[in-house]
Amino acid sequence: MPETADLKQLADMFSQIPHCREMGIEITALATGRTSMRLDYHERLAGNPETGVVHGGVISTLLDTVAGLTAMSAVSPTTPVATLDLRIDYLKPARPGDAIFADADCFRLSSSVAFVRATAHHGDNTDPIAHCIATFMLNAAGFTSAGQGTS
Amino acid sequence: MLKDIQSLKDKGDYSSISNLIPYTRVIGLQCAVEDGAMVTRLRHQDSNIGNYQMAVLHGGTVAALLEHAAIFQLLFELDIKAIPRIINISVDYLRPCRAMDTQASAVLVKQGQRIANVRVQAWQSDPAKPVATAHAHFLLS
Repeated sequence: MPETADLKQLADMFSQIPHCREMGIEITALATGRTSMRLDYHERLAGNPETGVVHGGVISTLLDTVAGLTAMSAVSPTTPVATLDLRIDYLKPARPGDAIFADADCFRLSSSVAFVRATAHHGDNTDPIAHCIATFMLNAAGFTSAGQGTS
Repeated sequence: MLKDIQSLKDKGDYSSISNLIPYTRVIGLQCAVEDGAMVTRLRHQDSNIGNYQMAVLHGGTVAALLEHAAIFQLLFELDIKAIPRIINISVDYLRPCRAMDTQASAVLVKQGQRIANVRVQAWQSDPAKPVATAHAHFLLS
């Protein structure tokens, strides 16, 4: 059984990520291989000023964040994690004014790759706004929850 | 807004169209036509950092740059007045995106009746060394 992440250490590391602070992304649940987050709506996140619907980049950022932290939660604190790819299907427009939630789970962990799926929704994950599949390279240059990244 | 986009398009002022979008100011996205081609940039700002251990940009901001570049290539190339709606995007992260400006350009691969397929590439100091690529589909109507 591989050593798993120190979830408190991981949450501390997350709280220091500049862009997640900028966007107001918060962790709502964190377990090994499973993470949930929340992003409150703000007008400045709009991609369409007429409708107020958030920019696709906002959803990408939330899903990349939740998937990345999920990969990190599934490995040891010293294992570097780097995003290989991220595929997002935008299933329907997000509702302007409503908070966006995201849930992710790591459904397969090999020695060098973590496979993660994630959904974004307005509170009911059976009615998603977006669906995402992401893969993460382990043990290459990347982010670790235990402090120094490697490059 | 549609009227604004059309009149700015007539003037070739894509920079102002981009600036109509609030989120562009959050992460520092800019669009301009340079030498007859659409160029989209993600200006560096420390608030875009995702990995502070290595000082690299958040992957979400890079995905946003690629999506924005694809949207503006469509606005530039096609006779459309509204901002195209994204259906899906697949982003490959090729190299670490360092704490500096990032540039992206897109190619319209195919325009159908309602759907457009676009490929996008982003780079930093060397266009021959892309930091990320993407392909995406958009709904045009």
